[in-house]
Amino acid sequence: MTDQGLSRWAAFWNSDILYEFRRSPLAIVGFVVAGSLILSALLAPILAPYDPYDASGIDLMNGLIPPFWSDGGNMTFPLGTDNQGRDVFSGILYGLRLSLTISVSAVLLSALVGTALGLVAAWVGGWFDSAIMRLADIQLSFPAILIALLVDGVARNVLPQEQHASLAMPIVILAIAISGWVQYARTVRSIAMVEKGKDYVEAARLIGVNPVTIAMRHILPNATGSIFVLGTVHLAIAILTEATLSFLGLGMPPTEPSIGTLIRIGNDFLFSGEWWITILPGVTLALLVLSVNLLGDWLRDALNPQLR
Amino acid sequence: MHDGPILQVENLRIEIPTRHRTLVAVDDVSFELARGEVLGVVGESGAGKSLTGAAIIGLLRPPGRIAGGRIWIDGKRVDNLSQAEMRKVRGRIAGAIFQDPMTSLNPLFTVGQQLVETIRTHLDMSRAEARARALSLLAEVGIPAPEQRLDQYPHQFSGGMRQRVVIALALCANPKLIIADEPTTALDVSIQAQIIALLKRLCHEHGTAVVLVTHDMGVIAETADRVAVMYTGRIAELGPVAEVVRAPRHPYTAGLMASIPAIGETRDRLYQIDGSMPRLTNIPQGCPFNPRCPAVFDRCRRERPETVDLGGHRVACWKHGEQEA
Amino acid sequence: MTAPLIDLAGLSRHFALSSGLNTRFRKGGAKVVRAVDSVDIEIARGETFGLVGESGCGKSTVARLAVGLMRPTEGAVRFDRVDLASAGRRDLAALRRRIQMVFQDPYSSMNARWRIREIIAEPLRTLNLCSSPAEMDRRIDELLTLVGLSPADKRKYPHEFSGGQRQRISIARALSTNPEFLVCDEPTSALDVSVQSQILNLMKDLQAEFDLTFLFISHNLAVISHMADRVGVMYLGRIVEQAPAQRLFSAPRHPYTKLLLETVPDLNRIGYTRKPMSGEVPNPINPPSGCPFHPRCAFANDRCKQERPSIRADGQGTLVACHGVQEGRI
Repeated sequence: MTDQGLSRWAAFWNSDILYEFRRSPLAIVGFVVAGSLILSALLAPILAPYDPYDASGIDLMNGLIPPFWSDGGNMTFPLGTDNQGRDVFSGILYGLRLSLTISVSAVLLSALVGTALGLVAAWVGGWFDSAIMRLADIQLSFPAILIALLVDGVARNVLPQEQHASLAMPIVILAIAISGWVQYARTVRSIAMVEKGKDYVEAARLIGVNPVTIAMRHILPNATGSIFVLGTVHLAIAILTEATLSFLGLGMPPTEPSIGTLIRIGNDFLFSGEWWITILPGVTLALLVLSVNLLGDWLRDALNPQLR
Repeated sequence: MHDGPILQVENLRIEIPTRHRTLVAVDDVSFELARGEVLGVVGESGAGKSLTGAAIIGLLRPPGRIAGGRIWIDGKRVDNLSQAEMRKVRGRIAGAIFQDPMTSLNPLFTVGQQLVETIRTHLDMSRAEARARALSLLAEVGIPAPEQRLDQYPHQFSGGMRQRVVIALALCANPKLIIADEPTTALDVSIQAQIIALLKRLCHEHGTAVVLVTHDMGVIAETADRVAVMYTGRIAELGPVAEVVRAPRHPYTAGLMASIPAIGETRDRLYQIDGSMPRLTNIPQGCPFNPRCPAVFDRCRRERPETVDLGGHRVACWKHGEQEA
Repeated sequence: MTAPLIDLAGLSRHFALSSGLNTRFRKGGAKVVRAVDSVDIEIARGETFGLVGESGCGKSTVARLAVGLMRPTEGAVRFDRVDLASAGRRDLAALRRRIQMVFQDPYSSMNARWRIREIIAEPLRTLNLCSSPAEMDRRIDELLTLVGLSPADKRKYPHEFSGGQRQRISIARALSTNPEFLVCDEPTSALDVSVQSQILNLMKDLQAEFDLTFLFISHNLAVISHMADRVGVMYLGRIVEQAPAQRLFSAPRHPYTKLLLETVPDLNRIGYTRKPMSGEVPNPINPPSGCPFHPRCAFANDRCKQERPSIRADGQGTLVACHGVQEGRI
């Protein structure tokens, strides 16, 4: 058993994809940066010195302390505090956690919906296919952020005021997910159309394998690579979209600040000299998006045999 | 002007480096081609026949590379030429025809534009002269209504007609050598015969030599003067077409000929060579054909056979080597 | 005469040139291509019927109609006297087991991500042909041995095999259901000649062993001549000549068959310069009027240009669709 486990590990280590990875410095940098940011977000409750959601731990007297390397800074608040005395470092860790939760959920939902629609469109064809693809075309003629704003706005108007805070996260997730399904649907559809015409699918149809089984067992596995690539690229976009929504005040409320909310809060202090409140979360966001993008770009090249 | 053979290939070796190891795709291939001669190169897929053709004309696709040997076209050494120098040789002295005509045609330009462009690259001609030549070339390769066809785009031509255009392109500068890689494989039988007949007529009329790479022995039999049979990147047998087809000396060629069905024959079973050609990653020691050979003996498993010349008919097989030694 | 095992009666299949919303809004509907047009073929049990023709003549569509992968626009496919189109769900499940197909491309005919075991097990599992996993394993081993592979091969993936070996796996999969009727769509076209002979020999052996009935489709006349008992020649969706193989190849009647035979490169005719057939296969979207072959036919007259010939017996065992032959001109 261990022997088999070892050889499987060896096979993985020697696989083309990992070989490509080891030879690509940008991918390694992307992986390390994104990996450590994601890891610290996951471990936020352990790593963070303070709990930003706990109002009792906040002391206004500690407001606007600069980071430790500046004059007046200290290691009690390594990256300084905001106007209400909240620790910026803890805020970033928790904000990162929230931003990632939202964007990963949105990407998963988007991929699920897009993949399902793409598969069904390719399989059923006819008017259903045409309808889905025209809908996709229409949506593509608007910027994704506009779609997200629209969904967000509609949801907020439909829902009663008192539920806004508790439903903020699902709404943001839904808004981002709806703005991104098109890419998955188009890609999966085109892959499914190609696979559908192949003889092995005909062979399966010939013996009466039902269409759902064919789609799940034969066609979907051929699309997983592309879905994965799209997902990674989409993750970077989703993080930005979330940040933008929150920055505009349409995303997460200040009581549960995501990275975007932190940047918005800090924005007010930018010109009064307390730059760290907004710049530090901003740098974190930029690092995260850049590293995920690097990974996505590399993955797209590595999984595309034509580019090799 | 050089009087020797139009093409000489000496100990050609082509390697394909991969991540794990370097594969030897063509090994120790030597032959010459007289002016106006048609040499057929046959073999199974992966035998190295297309790579040999591509190497001659400098179109070997990386990572494949010429790792050894020398090639002369019309007395000029070409295997070490730069891409730019090779481009001059291609077109002026040597032309190429491939299986898929669309790889040689640009879909964005009319057939006439492409012909005129190619003609003017290689020959000192005015636009009008070049156009006149393009017209006569199209007529020569059997395209009906060439005046109208000249201003059409490649997609307006059928597969067979496109292949004719590619032949016209290859003929632009009156080359002395044409490398034709599976020129009829993508075409229907009835069209295939038209293209073969056209190639034969052109060679005959212009004295153009042709290296005809194909897997179809029937095409070779009817077209070629001599045949080279390739197996795992080496020439197993090379000789006059009638001898190779009717009295093959190499057991592989003999098996190949016997396994081809013919119309109207009454054999119940075809002869079969068991197994399949080994991949380049595990070519057996000794003679590469030894695991499948019905006449195998000890020496075949140990040593790679040397090529023996039996009066203009070369065979790489110990069966014949023994007699000499 | 006993009823044929398979009976393709007046079979036609038309394709709309485009589909989807666009055509719904266009007046007059879509343009139609008659890929297969009134084809009649009967095949007796144990017989091999060869279907030959150039690309685009509709022979692959006939294959897909015969196995029920496509529904005919007109006509019927009757297997053992049961019409495939009107068979109930339960009848159809039973029929599926008895009809199988071997595809042309050994690379696309199996899912590259599956092991050989999974590939061969798919029909066994779908049609519930094995009562236990142990029995399924035994059956897979038996099938692999039958086609000249080793039971150990079941743990490998398709890319570990050569084209010829893959075609053997494809045959093993087709045989897994113990079929009676096997449709072979260009099974050796993608293979090298030395491997082609192995596969053709294997198919003949299996036919003798299991009393299989073949519909064998190829563009290669020599392969058809070697395999088939009776042969149909297709041109633009129709059968233009049908005869016992020996007769068709020794005494072809239709001008198209004659020209086709004349154009095949032949090993025995070294240095022979043949007279190629002029012209090209017409575009099936705009087929010629009258006899579809008339633009390329040396014997065509006014009647050929206007009136489409129907297929008739010539009294010597050949069915031929040609005015010239029927009038005694050719």
